[in-house]
Amino acid sequence: MKRGGVGLSVYALAAFLFLHLPLLILAAFSFNASRFTVWQGFSLRWYAAALQDSQLIDASWNSLIIAAVATVVSTIIGTLCAYGLWKRRAPVLTGSLYLSLVTPEIVTGISLLAFYQWIFRFLRVQLGMHTVILAHISFSIAYVVIVVMARLRTVDAQLEEAALDLGANEWQAFRYVTLPVILPGVIAAALLAFTVSFDDYVITSLVAGVDSETLPMVIYAIARRGVNPVVNAISALIVVGFGGLILISERLRTR
Amino acid sequence: MNRLRAWFLAPSWAVMLALFLAPLAIILAYSFLTRGTYGGISLPWTTESYQRLADPIYLTILWRSFWIAGVSTVFCLMLGFPLALFISRSGKRKDLYLSLVMLPFWTSFLVRTYAWMFLLRDTGLINTLLEKLGLIHGPMPLLYNDGAVILGLVYGYLPFMVLPLYATLERLDRNLLEASADLGARPWATLMHVMVPLCASGIRAGAILVFIPCLGAYLTPDLLGGGKSVMIGNLIQNQFTTARDWPFGSAVSLALMAVVMLLLAALVRRNDEGLL
Repeated sequence: MKRGGVGLSVYALAAFLFLHLPLLILAAFSFNASRFTVWQGFSLRWYAAALQDSQLIDASWNSLIIAAVATVVSTIIGTLCAYGLWKRRAPVLTGSLYLSLVTPEIVTGISLLAFYQWIFRFLRVQLGMHTVILAHISFSIAYVVIVVMARLRTVDAQLEEAALDLGANEWQAFRYVTLPVILPGVIAAALLAFTVSFDDYVITSLVAGVDSETLPMVIYAIARRGVNPVVNAISALIVVGFGGLILISERLRTR
Repeated sequence: MNRLRAWFLAPSWAVMLALFLAPLAIILAYSFLTRGTYGGISLPWTTESYQRLADPIYLTILWRSFWIAGVSTVFCLMLGFPLALFISRSGKRKDLYLSLVMLPFWTSFLVRTYAWMFLLRDTGLINTLLEKLGLIHGPMPLLYNDGAVILGLVYGYLPFMVLPLYATLERLDRNLLEASADLGARPWATLMHVMVPLCASGIRAGAILVFIPCLGAYLTPDLLGGGKSVMIGNLIQNQFTTARDWPFGSAVSLALMAVVMLLLAALVRRNDEGLL
């Protein structure tokens, strides 16, 4: 068993390197003075270039606005939903939420596109920020429900019954008894929804209009043309930003 | 009590109906319509789009998608099992190791795919290093092939395999392994005849969680396969953009959904944990 233990540790180290090294290398080369994959000294020129690129800046703002709105709305709706499902079974709703999680992104994207185009026959609207935000709300809700549900399972239902016995109404029992207890789960769910929304390319690219290009869409367009150190710099920023958010989220979830 | 609870569910009902179920219903209808002259859709109702799925060109793409998703899943299982085993035996550091597995998963999927483009391309780090070391003359074609797609998928979805495997290994009674060894089983026999059967639910959950997104993958085959390695996801996207054949794109989408649901129905057991 001992010998197997050493082998397993070496293997695990290799696996962790496999998981993390590509991103670390990518980030390291964002500081490379050269455009090519040969180290020629430390430089911040690609970060400077990224900050001066108005297309990147606009796309980043779009992504932030979309992710922020979608996060707030889907967190509220998803939390209410998880609370509603806590004791009251709703198999069809639960089923559709799970179905939305396992549906391939490309299918979600094209079905939304077809749906929007159909709606546009009756309304004078076009694809744009609003269609992207609605799409993001729809695919984030299931994530929020699952995270908040996990938290709710640890809550003692008798607390709320006690509140009701002591004269609170249902809303007060939720607002002042249960919500404070599940709040870390709700915040974790919001951070998760934010990262899922900010990162989405497949669905977004299908339902975006001319005014709603997001950061992943710009990165994707550059990546398809080949490798560009500016993308390394943005990637490093995204990895650090997301990593930070998720660490906070994990802390809150397990607290 | 229940009345207010019902209202709590109303907004999510509304969103799921309007922005998930209705769109699916639309493509279900479209899949039975005819392609319009300028793209879009028109009457009459027909099952032609579904019949076209049997065309050898498309069957090849479907088959290739299953093959790539299957190989990726097997690699994830082989790479993920020892890692999950290691984490389940690492005592106090479990949480740290689990976070290390999850961290890349929650950093942008697009960025992680791009990282492999950066490493694998002709003038990428791997080729540059090998050339500097004099091991190769001229770059090896590492990018834009099925291998690169499989690598990208394994890298992307390995955490989905590790988590459910960890959950079952964590609960595994170590006495059973010792009993097996005491009774004379070699480590390999213990692994195959004791551990694997006891972890069946975790293996099933991990396999589903990896296979399903791999089967519907769009981004990875597009960026790492470079258009040469077309999978179902790319076929669907193409029908809705370049080819402008919405009925056929809808039919492929629904066929993909049907496969996903059949897989779930066949593999998910009511008592499976770690999944959903």
